[in-house]
Amino acid sequence: MNTVPLLEMDKVTTIFGRGDATTVANRDVSLTIHEDEARLINIVGESGSGKTTAARTLLGLQKPTSGVARWRGKDIYSLKKQDRFAFRREVQAVFQDPYGIYNPFYKINRVFDMAISKFKLASGKSEKADLIDEALRAVSLRPPDVLGRYPHQLSGGERQRVMLARAYMIKPKIIVADEAISMLDVAVRAVIMNILMDFQDRLGMSTVFITHDLSAAYYLGGDIMVMQRGDVVETGSSIEVMQRPQHDYTRLLLASIPSPDPDERWTEHLLPGADEVASEEVLAG
Amino acid sequence: MVAPTVLNTPRVRASTGLPLLHVEDLDIHFQTANGIARVVDGTNLKIHPQEIVGIAGESGSGKTTLVEAILQIIRFPNRITRGRVLFSPDGREQVDLMKLNARQMRRMRGEHIAYIPQGSQNSLNPVLRVGRQIVDAMVDHGVSDRQAKAKVPELLAKVGLESRVARLYPHELSGGMKQRVIIAIAISMEPELIVADEPTTALDVNVQRLILEALANLREEMKVAIMIVSHDLPVHAQLVDRIGIMYAGQIVEAGDIRSTVKESLHPYTQGLMQSIPSIGGTRERLEGIGGSAPSPSNWPSGCRFHTRSPKVMDICKSVQPILAEARPDRVVACHLYPTSTPEGEQA
Repeated sequence: MNTVPLLEMDKVTTIFGRGDATTVANRDVSLTIHEDEARLINIVGESGSGKTTAARTLLGLQKPTSGVARWRGKDIYSLKKQDRFAFRREVQAVFQDPYGIYNPFYKINRVFDMAISKFKLASGKSEKADLIDEALRAVSLRPPDVLGRYPHQLSGGERQRVMLARAYMIKPKIIVADEAISMLDVAVRAVIMNILMDFQDRLGMSTVFITHDLSAAYYLGGDIMVMQRGDVVETGSSIEVMQRPQHDYTRLLLASIPSPDPDERWTEHLLPGADEVASEEVLAG
Repeated sequence: MVAPTVLNTPRVRASTGLPLLHVEDLDIHFQTANGIARVVDGTNLKIHPQEIVGIAGESGSGKTTLVEAILQIIRFPNRITRGRVLFSPDGREQVDLMKLNARQMRRMRGEHIAYIPQGSQNSLNPVLRVGRQIVDAMVDHGVSDRQAKAKVPELLAKVGLESRVARLYPHELSGGMKQRVIIAIAISMEPELIVADEPTTALDVNVQRLILEALANLREEMKVAIMIVSHDLPVHAQLVDRIGIMYAGQIVEAGDIRSTVKESLHPYTQGLMQSIPSIGGTRERLEGIGGSAPSPSNWPSGCRFHTRSPKVMDICKSVQPILAEARPDRVVACHLYPTSTPEGEQA
């Protein structure tokens, strides 16, 4: 096994604000992904738990206050131009909002054209067309349904699949998906998660899957990192952690997932104040 | 704080009496550059007093437009509407909301029907204390300032918030607290019907649970009926008595929540149920529902679900199924059930 990890966070701490008004978004967060061992890592937690900050750190978008984020052993935040380019190619992102990511003035084709020219994926028209075709089919889209159309003509699920097709085309080693399914309809969520699992099995791609939805993490399997207010409170295999949660916060999150069975309705109230973190200090003062 | 357990209380049986709300053959069409978009098309719906009714369906199915039609707040130009929205406040004579003028409708909305729009937790005024905002809503509907102020603690308690929350500004509240303040405003005029559009969608699971508990409590305490729109079936499973599943502008299946989700008849409902990952047990690959949602300006012919249905038959492509009672207490629009196929069209 190659001993230098492909991507890692080494005791990353990220603090926002200064003086008295600081927020610790990540405290001593560590995570390692090796090239020859495709992993699926779920990062779960409620809003404000620091999961997006962790994702941004991995993507090279948020420089840690202390600790290091490394790509192939080098600090992501001091990569030379050549390395930076390779890093960008190997680590791709899929974001939450499939509406905001597109420039409404351009047809969908541009998403692929830009990636192909930037990363020099194909030479010649037919090779390019084949590549786009293959990528779209990998995410079960029919090319005539999306090519030549504008973003507003596609549904959210289709747009998110186009983003995955783009990622597929670039063949990254890692996809960082930040709440990539939370704005989609249930029926489409399953489709997107299946694609990510296929990417792992067939192409050996690792996925860092950021979600607030524990049932999605259970479905995807792999490993899980539960975050609460910047801290990693529990880690382990997704299945293990959800079947035998050790931390109270994990238990709280699990207890809050509504069951689709009307015979399994909640029979008691959640502890009052389970959401009142934001105002604790104000109320106390 | 919050009264004891409510989510597992026995469901209210749909009474046979006069429904509180009766949507009858409602069409909401829009004239667009690409022809007529039939966003809501021939929809029927009844909500009885104190009943919690859920509407589920994917984005673009017409859920929100249906709600906006009930509230009479569709502003989009070029609309074409047909049908009736009958409402009987306090068990009085039915009025057709579609015939009311703006002033009459405004009174109706304030005093009898409360609306919680999607994302409304972000609609609080950032420079006013939330207590003031609750008071303002009541003053706007003719309550005196003094009476309104006196009522704030009680309203907050009803949604499980302490009275000192009234002194806070919106930025000092969490998302779930803001949503509960919005619900407090909604119930301030003691409506008979609360219409909530995706009230928990952008919230964390633990907060979502608190909101659902608060809504269930309101039904018990205030004897209010609730119509809740959500794309999330487990939310409905926890809260509602009856559910209607919308697809492509129409209700395709409706009935008692328990039987509708446990023994779904329509292939679309079945597909939705099979798309929900559950925790525990064996992990099976979920297939979701293939294909994409059709567009309102170009619904498929025959049954609108035939382009995605795993059980499609020849008749589905040409004949539109009728929403009819396939079993006691359950209506479905699907040719798999003989009651849905119009006479003379049997294959």
